[in-house]
Amino acid sequence: MSDTWLILGASSAIARAFARVAAIRGADVLLAARDIDDAGATAVDIAIRTGRRAEVVAFDATDEAAHAALVERARAFAGEGTLNVFLAFGAMPEQSAIDADPMLVGPTIAANFTSAAVLLHRLAPVLEARGAGAVVALGSVAGDRGRLKNYVYGSAKAGLHAYLQGLRARLVRKGVHVVTLKPGFVDTAMTWGLPGMFLVASPETIAAAALDAATRKRDIVYAPGFWWGIMTIIRHIPERIFKKLNI
Amino acid sequence: MSVRWKDLRLTGWGRGPASAAQAARPERASAAAEALAAARGEGAALFARGAGRSYGDAAQLSGGRALLTARLDRILAFDAATARVECEAGVTFRALLDTFVPRGFVPPVSPGTAFVTVGGAIAADVHGKNHDRHGSFGDHVDWIDMLLADGRIVRTGPDAEPELFRATLGGMGLSGMILRAGFRLLPGSPALAVHARRIANLEEFFAAFAAARDSATYSVGWVDALARGRSLGRGIFETAEFAAGGAAAPARKPLPVPFDLPAFALSGPSVRAFNEIYWRRVPSAGREDVRALDAFFYPLDRLSDWHRLYGRRGFYQFQSVVPDGAALPAVRAMLETVASGGNASFLAVLKTLGSEGRGFLSFPMRGVTLALDIPRSAGADELMKKLERISCDAGGRIYLAKDAVMSPETFRATYPGLPAFEAALQRLDPAGRFATDQSRRLAIGGRAA
Ligand SMILES: Cc1cc2nc3c(=O)[nH]c(=O)nc-3n(C[C@H](O)[C@H](O)[C@H](O)COP(=O)(O)OP(=O)(O)OC[C@H]3O[C@@H](n4cnc5c(N)ncnc54)[C@H](O)[C@@H]3O)c2cc1C
Repeated sequence: MSDTWLILGASSAIARAFARVAAIRGADVLLAARDIDDAGATAVDIAIRTGRRAEVVAFDATDEAAHAALVERARAFAGEGTLNVFLAFGAMPEQSAIDADPMLVGPTIAANFTSAAVLLHRLAPVLEARGAGAVVALGSVAGDRGRLKNYVYGSAKAGLHAYLQGLRARLVRKGVHVVTLKPGFVDTAMTWGLPGMFLVASPETIAAAALDAATRKRDIVYAPGFWWGIMTIIRHIPERIFKKLNI
Repeated sequence: MSVRWKDLRLTGWGRGPASAAQAARPERASAAAEALAAARGEGAALFARGAGRSYGDAAQLSGGRALLTARLDRILAFDAATARVECEAGVTFRALLDTFVPRGFVPPVSPGTAFVTVGGAIAADVHGKNHDRHGSFGDHVDWIDMLLADGRIVRTGPDAEPELFRATLGGMGLSGMILRAGFRLLPGSPALAVHARRIANLEEFFAAFAAARDSATYSVGWVDALARGRSLGRGIFETAEFAAGGAAAPARKPLPVPFDLPAFALSGPSVRAFNEIYWRRVPSAGREDVRALDAFFYPLDRLSDWHRLYGRRGFYQFQSVVPDGAALPAVRAMLETVASGGNASFLAVLKTLGSEGRGFLSFPMRGVTLALDIPRSAGADELMKKLERISCDAGGRIYLAKDAVMSPETFRATYPGLPAFEAALQRLDPAGRFATDQSRRLAIGGRAA
């Protein structure tokens, strides 16, 4: 019986890389994405390269009414195999854009937190019933501390981190493991050309770390690992100093 | 979504002078079209860039906009019955090999490195060690999806928009951006039966090629560019066929070249010694061995970043093809020029080419091609000029994928397809949106730097 990964937000570079490596390691993948033509190309690519089953399902995270059908589809796709979930959707408008238009706050929180929580809440009982599998959700180092340059996105991710902690406690009781993956800067379309990027990791590195974390049942993982050190320092800077920093 | 550009300094594989450009890296065709529209809106010239394995200034443009294809890397279809593949332009030969060799197929034509992209292979209409037998990459292409200067996406092939097709094969990216292509693989296996033998001089090399040309599928000559006098043109001649059912040798990790070697590492004596050892390794009687596909086709890929061996100043690669009738004296003159110049060359490669390509600017013609590295030390520019002259006088032409310094006059005199190419550009891209440092240097379309 083969493993299945449901990949939510399959058009992002990290999700594409994850789908590829999961399939290389023998899993079937169901790609849930808004742009199904694009995801279709990814699915064909994976099927040709790996010989695994790769299919596409239309998915808009904020269309919460459609979540139930998606979960049904994933259940059918996985069949008797283990269903795992890789949650990779999100959106990161520039803070300056949000500052200029407060109406962007809601959608940013919705895209990164609310819709993820709603969908995971719908998936939870299904996973509990199956009694196996893993959830890997993309948090962010931005969620570890509110920063001048990125705090609306960061607060949504902070919310997601807290949500995942609770979900982890809930699902572990039923044999399902939850990983909070916190990538640092990743070389994706989201960060391309942004100033101030350093130690940028490839999507492939993050994808491999994600799969590894699921296999080894790790709870909260920084990727690459050195971000744990960086964030430990950043978390420990006293607020009265931190508030004046330009980061 | 607005297009975000990243400031990059881009150079060719030979690490010549870099040009600053703003780059987008689309992850799907629609994003490429958006980037093109944005560049157009700002009146900027643009160019596509694959893996940056062309040696000179073909994949850079000072002040231009780059469309990087690295993330357009998906294989879109494969039919084992017809060996037809469709893929995005940024798919590398490495990916094709990893995917299809286990199923018994290989790229129809392979350049000397597997890091190149399909887009780059089409834009340069690349040739391999099987040109006599199988032609250049473009000969195996069924269709290409192009993003044109005016923003349209058009499918072209030998019978659909044929002028665009001919302007794209070998057109060095000037006809538009290649988004996707369909082409045919050839049957192959993970290993080749290679026959290698030591060759004493250039005459013997030409005789060996003449004998092998119509019988061997793959052939290549490695020439010791430092040998002179009676040994001028000595080297090793290899022919190869895919081994039936040959097992793959285990993949070896590339050895990194993590630093720029100081220039003395490439001084005459050390390279001379290297070449001597290399040559002596092969018995004069020849030998047969079974070699992994990678070891035969991409020996240099084992050293990732080997171009750093030439140090910070970088190097030129000179490659020209000379028609059969004039080839022996011309190649001899080139080798004499190099050997007496003392500009060490690790690699001199001799191959035969079979016929013209389908592109207006396709490099191949029936003849002999010589390629060699020339470190950019004092005198290198002068040496390049001399080689250019010899090639041109012999009716040959210089390969645009390697070129960094050819004069527009030589280019015009040696590429008879240029007027037709320029006429096509006039129609496809009258404003000259697609441009590179190379196209400006060569004043293609009358648009000088
Ligand atoms: C070690 C080594 C060995 C080589 N051996 C051979 C050989 O044996 N035979 C041979 O023919 N060549 C050989 N080459 C040259 C190489 O095959 C060509 O330069 C090829 O074009 C490189 O592809 P790339 O993806 O790196 O393209 P780049 O170098 O990035 O670009 C090359 C040209 O193609 C254009 N281009 C790239 N992608 C696109 C696209 N999507 N749409 C439109 N235009 C595009 C660029 O604008 C540029 O003009 C060798 C190169 C190296 C480094």
